[in-house]
Amino acid sequence: MVLEIIRDVLAVSTVAAFLTLVLILCEGMISNYGPCEVTLNGSRKETVQGGKSLLLSLQEKKIFIPSACGGRGTCGVCKVKVLEGGGPLLPTETPLLTQREQQASVRLSCQVKVRGPLAIEIPEEFFRMHQYRARCSRIEDLTYDMKRFTFELTEPETISFTAGQYVQLRCPPYKGSREEVSRAYSIASDPLENRRIDLIIRRVPKGICTTWCFEYLREGDPVSFTGPFGDFYLRDTQTPKLFIAGGSGLAPFVSILWQMKHAADGRQTVFFFGGNRMEDLCLLDEMKAFEQALPNFRFVPVVAKPASESRWSGQTGLVTEAVQRSFERLDGWEGYLCGGPGMIEAAMRVLRQMGIPDEKIYYDKFA
Amino acid sequence: MNGLGAEIWQAVVVCFAAVFTNNILLTTFLGMCPFTSVSREVRTAAGLGGAVVFVMTFTCLLNWMAYHWILVPLGLEFFRFILFIIIIAAFVQVVEMILDRFSPRLYQNLGIFLPLITVNCAILGASLFMVIREYSLIVTIGYGFGSGLGWLLAILAMAGIRQRFSESRVPAGLQGPGITLIIAGLMALAFIGFTGVLS
Repeated sequence: MVLEIIRDVLAVSTVAAFLTLVLILCEGMISNYGPCEVTLNGSRKETVQGGKSLLLSLQEKKIFIPSACGGRGTCGVCKVKVLEGGGPLLPTETPLLTQREQQASVRLSCQVKVRGPLAIEIPEEFFRMHQYRARCSRIEDLTYDMKRFTFELTEPETISFTAGQYVQLRCPPYKGSREEVSRAYSIASDPLENRRIDLIIRRVPKGICTTWCFEYLREGDPVSFTGPFGDFYLRDTQTPKLFIAGGSGLAPFVSILWQMKHAADGRQTVFFFGGNRMEDLCLLDEMKAFEQALPNFRFVPVVAKPASESRWSGQTGLVTEAVQRSFERLDGWEGYLCGGPGMIEAAMRVLRQMGIPDEKIYYDKFA
Repeated sequence: MNGLGAEIWQAVVVCFAAVFTNNILLTTFLGMCPFTSVSREVRTAAGLGGAVVFVMTFTCLLNWMAYHWILVPLGLEFFRFILFIIIIAAFVQVVEMILDRFSPRLYQNLGIFLPLITVNCAILGASLFMVIREYSLIVTIGYGFGSGLGWLLAILAMAGIRQRFSESRVPAGLQGPGITLIIAGLMALAFIGFTGVLS
C-alpha cells in the first residue's frame, strides 16, 4: 500500500519534472536569441541579450525610457522610434499609438521584443538619465505644509543636472498605497553641489507620494529616483527675466538662482513668489541673500490674503496682479513660470497681454 | 495490414463525425468563451481556429500516449485531469516559443492566440472524450484533428455571419454574446442535419 503510494507519487512527479525540463531546455535553446546589437540614434551601439523586451534590455544598459506602468503595455509612455528590426506592429500597441505615430514607426518599447539587430531613436536626454540611490539626510519644515528634503547620493555618488530640471521620486508601497508610484519633483539645490539634491515638496491632501514623504519618510531612510528630466532651464539670452512661482513652484528657481549666483549673472531678473497667506511664504532669508549677491535680482513676495492683524507690508493680491502693478509692459522680457495649472494659465494670459510672446514664456506645470 | 486499414477507415469516419455531426462546439458547447469573443472577424477567427486544430491534434496524441503508456499501467487513470492539463500547457508553451523564434509571421497570425487556447475547455474536453470513447492511437489522431477542424468550421461560420449582420439592428438586450448564442443554437440544429451522412 505504502509502496504503491510512493510509486504513484513518483510517477506523477517524474512526468511533471520531465515536462518542466523540456520547458527549461526550450527556454534556453529556442528562446535564446543570443547577443543582439541595438543601434541608438545611428551612432551609439549596445549589445544586449535577446529575448526580452526592448524596455528591459535598455534598462540593463542603464538607459531608462520613462514608463509608468512598468512594462505592462497599458500606459503608453515608453514610446520610442524603432527604425529597423522591430517586427510588425502588435495588436497590444495599436490602441496606444496615434495614426501619425504608427506611420512614424513609433513603438511601445515594452512590447517590442529584441529578436535581432535593432535600430532605434530616442531623445538624447534619455542617455543622461540615470537611476539614483540616495539617503534622506535631512527633512526641514519650510511652512506648515511644505518641507525641504535633502537626499545624499549613495549610488552613483554624483549627479549632473541643469538648474530647473526635475527628478522622478519613487514612492514604495506603504500602508494605503499598494503599488510603487513615481512622482516628479523639481530639484531645489545648487547644481554645483553634485553629491546631494534638495526637493521642496508641498503636501497634497490624499496625495500618494506626498503622504509617504510627510508621514513615512524619516531622516536616514534610503530613497531612489530617476532623472534628471525636463527642459525648464534658464535660457542663455541677454533679455531680462521674469520668474513667477506659487507654493512649491519655488523649487526650480532656487536651483536657477544658485546657478546665476555662481555665474555672477548681471541680467535683470525679478522673481514674484505668491502665497495665500503669510504662512505660505518661505525661504525669505535665502532670497534676501540672493538679492545681495546678484545686483540686478529682485525678489517680490506676494500674499493674496494677509490676515488683517498681520504686519504684512509687501504686495497683496494674486501674483499676476502684483506683476501688473509693478510693470506697465513687459516687451522684450522672458517669462518663467512654475506652479499649479491654474496659476500657470492665469500668468500666461497676463504675460501675453503685457507683451511677452508665447515662445518666450517657459513653464513647468504641476500635473 | 487489414487491421490497420480498418483502423484508418475508422479514423476517417470519426474525423468526419467530429467535424459535422459530433461537432465539439455545437453539440457539447465546449470552447464557448473564445467562440463568442473572437468571432467578430473572419481573419482573426481563422487564426484562432487554425491554432485550435493544431493544438487539439497534437495534445490528443500526446495525452493518449501519456494515458495509455503511463497512467493505465500504473492504475492512475483518475489522475488524467491534472496530467492532461499540464501536458497541454507545456505543449502550448513550447509551440509558442518555437513559433516566436522561427516563424515570426506565423507567430503574428497564430501565436498570439496560443495562450488563449491553453485554458480552452474544448482542448481538454477532446482529450477526455478520447479516453471515454476508448479510441485507439490512430483513431485518436483522426478525432483530434476532426474536432479541431469542426471547431474551426463553427467559428468561421459564426464570424462570417456576425460580419454580415454587423450592420443590422439587433435589439439592445441581445447585442453581442446574446445574439451569438442564439446563432450558435441555430447552427447546432443545422449541423444535426449531417447525422447519417456517413455511418
